[in-house]
Amino acid sequence: MAENKPKPKPKIQKESVPIPKQKPEERRRNFNEVALGYTEEQALAEANRCLQCPKPQCIQGCPVEIEIPAFIKLIREGKFEEAVKKVKEKNSLPAICGRVCPQEEQCQKFCIVGKVGDPVSIGRLERFLADWERSIDVKALRDAPATGKKVAIIGAGPAGLTAAADLARLGHKVVIFEALHLPGGVLVYGIPEFRLPKSIVRAEVDYIVKLGVELKLGYLIGRTFTIPELLKYKGFDAVFIGTGAGLPQFMGVPGENLGGIYSANEFLIRVNLMKSYAFPAYDTPIRIGKHVVVIGGGNVAMDSARSALRLGAEQVCIVYRRSRDELPARKEEIENAEEEGIICKFLAAPTRFIGDEKGWVKAMECICMELGPPDESGRRRPVPVKGSEFVMDTDTVIVAIGRTPNPIIQSTTAGLEVTKWGTIVTDENGKTSLEGVYAGGDIVTGEATVISAMGAGKKAAKAIHEYLMKK
Amino acid sequence: MYKILTNKELAPKIRLFEVYAPEVAEKTLPGQFIILIIGETGERIPLTIAGYDHKKGTIKFVFNEVGKTTKQLGLMKEGEYIETITGPLGNPSEIKNFGKVLCVGGGVMIAPMFLQVQALQKTGNKVTTVVGARIKDLLFFEDEMKVYSDKVYVATDDGSKGYKGLDFLKDLLFKEKFDRCVVMGPVVMMKAVSEMTKPFGIPTVVTLTPIMVDGMGMCGVCRVMVAGKMKFGCVDGPEFDGHAVDFDGLIKRQRLFLPEERLSSLLWEKLGGCSCGGK
Repeated sequence: MAENKPKPKPKIQKESVPIPKQKPEERRRNFNEVALGYTEEQALAEANRCLQCPKPQCIQGCPVEIEIPAFIKLIREGKFEEAVKKVKEKNSLPAICGRVCPQEEQCQKFCIVGKVGDPVSIGRLERFLADWERSIDVKALRDAPATGKKVAIIGAGPAGLTAAADLARLGHKVVIFEALHLPGGVLVYGIPEFRLPKSIVRAEVDYIVKLGVELKLGYLIGRTFTIPELLKYKGFDAVFIGTGAGLPQFMGVPGENLGGIYSANEFLIRVNLMKSYAFPAYDTPIRIGKHVVVIGGGNVAMDSARSALRLGAEQVCIVYRRSRDELPARKEEIENAEEEGIICKFLAAPTRFIGDEKGWVKAMECICMELGPPDESGRRRPVPVKGSEFVMDTDTVIVAIGRTPNPIIQSTTAGLEVTKWGTIVTDENGKTSLEGVYAGGDIVTGEATVISAMGAGKKAAKAIHEYLMKK
Repeated sequence: MYKILTNKELAPKIRLFEVYAPEVAEKTLPGQFIILIIGETGERIPLTIAGYDHKKGTIKFVFNEVGKTTKQLGLMKEGEYIETITGPLGNPSEIKNFGKVLCVGGGVMIAPMFLQVQALQKTGNKVTTVVGARIKDLLFFEDEMKVYSDKVYVATDDGSKGYKGLDFLKDLLFKEKFDRCVVMGPVVMMKAVSEMTKPFGIPTVVTLTPIMVDGMGMCGVCRVMVAGKMKFGCVDGPEFDGHAVDFDGLIKRQRLFLPEERLSSLLWEKLGGCSCGGK
């Protein structure tokens, strides 16, 4: 291909500009953001590494198809405002995506520079632009006249916010119903402050409100109103369901209801949404012991472990039933966690929890695992090693092994087709079995990433727009 | 924002609130609950709905001033606003003509029990009601219950009014045949009544009030074992089969944060948050 031929001019800068970070020994005890973001000079230097390929590969790795080379070119030229606009044509939440997208699996995976050195740090550049924009007065991009159509968005998480922004820009009246008392979904209850400051989520939500979106907090759809009621009596022409991942899964081993054993959802909701780290100034308590164990190996496990450390735990150990190679968490987050002193115990799984006389956990019995042949997910299946049980002391356990879909909407919406796992069935554009009802994000796919939920929100918004304009 | 229309003391430290929340009221049915947050630094607390008026757009709830939030709530004046009320949450009660129903309400849960008694009576049931409290001063709604019940019994832990304890129920169960029993109150009471009805094979429904944070199926703190299976109070309940609930496990989980709850309440009082000024 053309871009692989060596050209005389650009010399490839093999190493990316590192992002400044708080030092591990400092950050392990505070909730401030770990990665500090590029300065203007650093952003320019990194932008200059981009080859401006005539046939860019990076875009195909982006679930929302941002015109990556174009915005990087604008950064090079110092046209930051235009660069932000370029990003926002496709992505209304760049400050969030720049921080939490797994770019190494997406845009950056396809970057041509990546074949000879580090790929261009597209995510860091996106973040730079979004952060730069917050320092100036943000103008909302509205580009269509009002259509008179009304759309209800259920859930103010990544999927819902994206769909809302796109639909509002297309001229529709959009109302978001959020069940919690703050908007953001997983961005506020799940992802911790040190990875995604809440002020940033707030600013991105404010931008969406500037687009004309109405936000209703504390409305649990399925209970306060049902979807058929929204369509029949509340004047909505279409509904988008973006309710996310729901009920926490437990392992079903003895002792799981002892005190000190939290689901990752409970732990993170207490800490992030309810600000338990500031108890008693904030009313919701949390109790963190000295020896914290986190079960699981995904990003939620990493977030839980790193939060526990910041809440004062002496030792935090992640217990994962497969090996390091199978860890589903982002590599960057695993590195961050280990730098901060978090220990990983691979190839082990709990078999029971042992409690003290007050009903709190004091130890956990585990069994060692070995890896067998691959399972349906393609990863090697962990197999227990007979007689390999061992006991480790712990006073706080966080179970981060996944979530199952919340059942409330499915059980209150007649005719809505769901899978045997409880996720909602849709076509590739997010259309469900009910007319005018669309869905996207974790409620459709099961637990996935912020950006894939945003991609789904975007697709559904397009489909909803087409549906509304034909109606 | 949800306006407080009524703040009335029913008994010492027990208050009844009526709040304007038309969208919540519109959908409320007996057995459901709300999550309430009083302000920005507040916790999310679940409260069982004790009344609703679809026309007026109001809901009622009754609470005990035991922790920081409920004490703060008790001090709020009529005309003031509660920041967030989410609901109605949880599954509504099964209300139909069962025949003869024994309703046992204890403590603050006498209030939502009144809603059940009314609904059961209106669907043609013959209702026998028991209202119970620790001492006679904490009893309320006895007269209201009489309007909708065939018979009302009163019981107190210390015997200061009516029967002493609930042992009299054993005799009642021998004498009369009930088709269903509904129990709402402290866990120890629900456990005791469920144990009494079990030998008689009377289907017994209990309303669980475990610790909750979100109250809508996310955190799992409200987990409780029912017939050996893990259930979530907020989305699977709040009503469960009293003969299948692991009450001892539930009691332990309800006490998980007692030290923190006490600390929070004490600090608030010492810092002069309440009207007593730290005395």
